[in-house]
Amino acid sequence: MSATGIGAPVKRREDFRFITGKGQYTADVNRHGQAYAYFLRSPHAHATIDAIDYAEALKMPGVCAIYTGKDLADDKIGGLICGWMIHSKDGSPMKAGAHPALAQGKVRYVGDHVAVIIADTLAEAKDAAEKINVTYGVLPANADTASAMKSAAVHDVAPDNRVYDWHLGDKGATEAAFAKAAHITKLDIVNNRLVPNPMEPRAAVGEYEEGSGVFCLHTTSQNPHVARLVLSAFIGIAPENKLRVIAPDVGGGFGAKIFIYAEETVCVWAAKKVGRPVKWTADRTEAFLADAHGRDHVSHAELALDANNKIIGLRVKTTANLGAYLSTFSSSVPTYLYAPLLSGQYNIPAIYAEVDAVYTNTAPVDAYRGAGRPEATFLVERIIEVAARERGLDPAQFRQMNYITQFPHQTPLIFAYDAGDFNASMVKALELADYKGVGARKADSAARGKLRGVGFSSYIEACGIAPSAAVGSLGAGVGLWESAEVRVNAIGTVEVLTGSHSHGQGHETTFAQLVSDRLGIPIEHVSIVHGDTDKVQMGMGTYGSRSGAVGMSAISKALDKIEAKAKKVAGFVLEAADTDIEFKDGKFTVKGTDKTIDFGSVALQAYIAHKFTGAQLEPGLKEGAFYDPTNFTFPAGVHICEVEIDPDTGVTRIDRWTAVDDFGAVINPMIVEGQVHGGIAQGIGQALLEGAVYDKDGQLLTASYMDYAMPRADDLPNYKLGFTETRCPSNPLGIKGCGEAGAIAAPPAVINAITDALGHENIAMPATPQAVWRAAQHAVMKKAAE
Amino acid sequence: MYEFDYHRPGTLDAAVKLAGEADAKILAGGHTLIPTLKQRLAAPKLLVDLHAVRELQGVHLKDGQLVIGAMTTHAHVADSALVKAHLPGLAALAAGIGDPHVRHRGTIGGSVANNDPAADYPSAVLALNATIITNKRSIKADDFFKGMFETALAEGEIITHFSFPAGIKSGYAKFPNPASRYALVGVYVAQHGSDARVAVTGAGANGVFRASTLEAALKGNFSAAALEGKSVPADGINSDMHADAAYRAHLIGVMARRAVAAAH
Ligand SMILES: Cc1cc2nc3c(=O)[nH]c(=O)nc-3n(C[C@H](O)[C@H](O)[C@H](O)COP(=O)(O)OP(=O)(O)OC[C@H]3O[C@@H](n4cnc5c(N)ncnc54)[C@H](O)[C@@H]3O)c2cc1C
Repeated sequence: MSATGIGAPVKRREDFRFITGKGQYTADVNRHGQAYAYFLRSPHAHATIDAIDYAEALKMPGVCAIYTGKDLADDKIGGLICGWMIHSKDGSPMKAGAHPALAQGKVRYVGDHVAVIIADTLAEAKDAAEKINVTYGVLPANADTASAMKSAAVHDVAPDNRVYDWHLGDKGATEAAFAKAAHITKLDIVNNRLVPNPMEPRAAVGEYEEGSGVFCLHTTSQNPHVARLVLSAFIGIAPENKLRVIAPDVGGGFGAKIFIYAEETVCVWAAKKVGRPVKWTADRTEAFLADAHGRDHVSHAELALDANNKIIGLRVKTTANLGAYLSTFSSSVPTYLYAPLLSGQYNIPAIYAEVDAVYTNTAPVDAYRGAGRPEATFLVERIIEVAARERGLDPAQFRQMNYITQFPHQTPLIFAYDAGDFNASMVKALELADYKGVGARKADSAARGKLRGVGFSSYIEACGIAPSAAVGSLGAGVGLWESAEVRVNAIGTVEVLTGSHSHGQGHETTFAQLVSDRLGIPIEHVSIVHGDTDKVQMGMGTYGSRSGAVGMSAISKALDKIEAKAKKVAGFVLEAADTDIEFKDGKFTVKGTDKTIDFGSVALQAYIAHKFTGAQLEPGLKEGAFYDPTNFTFPAGVHICEVEIDPDTGVTRIDRWTAVDDFGAVINPMIVEGQVHGGIAQGIGQALLEGAVYDKDGQLLTASYMDYAMPRADDLPNYKLGFTETRCPSNPLGIKGCGEAGAIAAPPAVINAITDALGHENIAMPATPQAVWRAAQHAVMKKAAE
Repeated sequence: MYEFDYHRPGTLDAAVKLAGEADAKILAGGHTLIPTLKQRLAAPKLLVDLHAVRELQGVHLKDGQLVIGAMTTHAHVADSALVKAHLPGLAALAAGIGDPHVRHRGTIGGSVANNDPAADYPSAVLALNATIITNKRSIKADDFFKGMFETALAEGEIITHFSFPAGIKSGYAKFPNPASRYALVGVYVAQHGSDARVAVTGAGANGVFRASTLEAALKGNFSAAALEGKSVPADGINSDMHADAAYRAHLIGVMARRAVAAAH
């Protein structure tokens, strides 16, 4: 392994720029003559818009234009779309309500877009907004997931607010398993609603160049090419060749920046109408109100065991809140990104899952770090833990008894796990966590008046999304391959153009490590180019931990082609057949001789083209590849959380955290550890702190950091990390992916630890001090009664 | 933010004059006022920044009183050798406000004038029986706090100093709101001879208040044991999405015991 090659803990090359404030984010883009957009938002969760009077506002100083939904309709600008078709049990398509970028006749959540005011300054736009008079007809609001189907309709197309009722698995086989079960464990589970909160709020700068007729949108996107595709083909801003989308440095996404939103759409459309660049930057309140939220499931689960405590069946009924409109990929999250993971790491012969997705008068809900897999993992790992306790079994042993041990393994729900060694991770985790010492530590805590508990999470997830034909058959509107282009310059430096997008993941480092390793050139000679539709031809972007497994595989494929072509060039230079050329450590050598030439010289020869004729070989050294995966990848691992609770206050302190993950091949262990740390932090945030709360009128009560608790450094423990490795057989690099694992694994580990400490089987997330204190009181009373 | 004029007077007299103008607002650390302006929740015509008024800064010991200028930052109080020596509980309180950014901008005067029901300082001012000194008069703590965000200050009246009794035993315990880290419940206890004053912040439906049951329990026996099993009734206690009245009432008892245990 070289110091910058695959497996080396290379420091992130992008960090100097970020840490010294030299990043170039969308908000740093300023254009001559730009105007500022401000969105007038609905103060009501549900209301008809009976009139919008903005005559006075238009006369305010600095105002260029005010537009409403009518202007979009007049310009034949289409609504926002949901790109994944889900069918209900009866075969009917999901009920997608219209989603105009600016409301047409009705608002459906607090923060919905009523009008845009474009002015010379933001302050002037806000001043003008205050002069707009909107007459609302306030309607009853419905903000609660569980009762949504009995509430006033959000969209006429779905009178009972049901977007779809979907199912997966073999109902008959599952019922049969339950009929013969020796024990059934039942659990009601809520997966709390979260606000993604990337550090950089969303922003957009729309431009229109009259001479060429080209639009340009700078935007905070995880997938600029998908944004261009949707803005062109569905929304109708301009054909693709007349629309450039640039996602420059992006300060975190966590899913929320995958989607195509109203504000960005309006900015690029309005740039032509007002004849000036139009800029919008969300403030934090807007981010809380109008970024797509995450999770929000209400489920009931039942697990069937036989007399030997083998799991024989699982049935699940989930209601998933999708908010007021279907966001870009929302429909897929509680269906195909969720239910197929319900087998967890376990050999479960029969599983049946039903999912009702509902509209409510809340912000749209879509993919958020983990997207569906955290919901599945939380459910599986909670009910497994409860079942173990009900049966009086050690939760680690109960898991081990039920692990899948043979690979490949076809679960009853779509997925064929290709590789893994679940027990290896468990064994290593038990050792790292000093599981044997738990009893003594519990006694020590008790002596200090504290309650100690241990919780497991033995998670599996599906990454590397995804084989295009497979997702197409499940309703996806797009393919999920990735593209790469490797451009070797004449003196051997390299630009790699990738369709993946880095917004914190460190691609400029890891992708360059792959190239440096393969071509035997210094990492400084490699630049990674991404995020601009004028540079990178096409790409599917970054989410679902796909950039390593899919994006780097595309680069690897392009590098294969580079190597093949370079060997031909070397063959001409060294006067040998290309089949006799070996390439190693950046040198081309004629087999069995000392005739050799380095990579940079071959590049030069490829461009000066003196040693071969055009009839023999094309000059130049540039290759592209599209890589379509053949399977999902399946990262898996075991996390063990140990908490100590202060029963006087209900405060939960995480004392120990052990994580043993199998991510397949690891390109940069330092970056992987960082991804695990961040993921666990978000998972702990969900378990202990975070929760978006709407009141019954649909007002978001947690619309700022005064009320929405983000995890801080002192809420988090030191992590003890370990790794096991089974290479992923389905991609050339053996990578499984690591971006979401922590967020997927962590919540059940925390809750299992808390419930272990309390001797109490259920506690909702976030497990706030108040909730834990109540549960502790209850536990004390129960003990007293015994 | 709406437009406003900005002044930075160099003397208290000039500041008082400017603060007396219509729609004027005093600006201290700005950690409450500036966010309010940004959200367009207030529209003053002029801001009077007190940072250049030297006499409002710093900590002095005078006639057995710790005198703290209104513009003294939380960080300054937390690090002050005088405060640490004579009222360590107050220094500890200041060290637990917000984060380093907040502590280096926010001021004791701003915090007390604002009287946020979840702010830390009002509990110390009330429990220590401090005197609030303004450009016009001296106000006893018991007469100063009038309910949430309400004080005895008149329009344009400027707090110049606080006078705390030095060298009495006192302590503070705070249960932070997990989101804001303001006090969900904060209890400041102070021993005044054989009496005790116990002031509670974060929990009162009308802002900071004295807990008479706890004061009675500590009378003549200033010890955590004296508070065992004691709390305050839940009525009149705040209930919100972070904590209901019963939990807050319970926490008052716990924090009071911890405050007494920490007192020195
Ligand atoms: C992120 C964050 C976290 C925080 N955490 C905490 C916390 O944990 N605990 C806590 O107690 N506080 C907390 N605060 C508040 C902070 O402590 C400030 O002290 C408080 O905002 C007010 O002080 P200031 O100097 O910033 O006053 P300003 O914001 O400048 O003024 C506040 C109000 O007081 C008036 N005023 C200011 N000075 C005087 C004066 N001398 N005479 C009369 N009126 C005056 C102003 O006109 C204004 O109405 C936090 C603030 C932030 C932003």
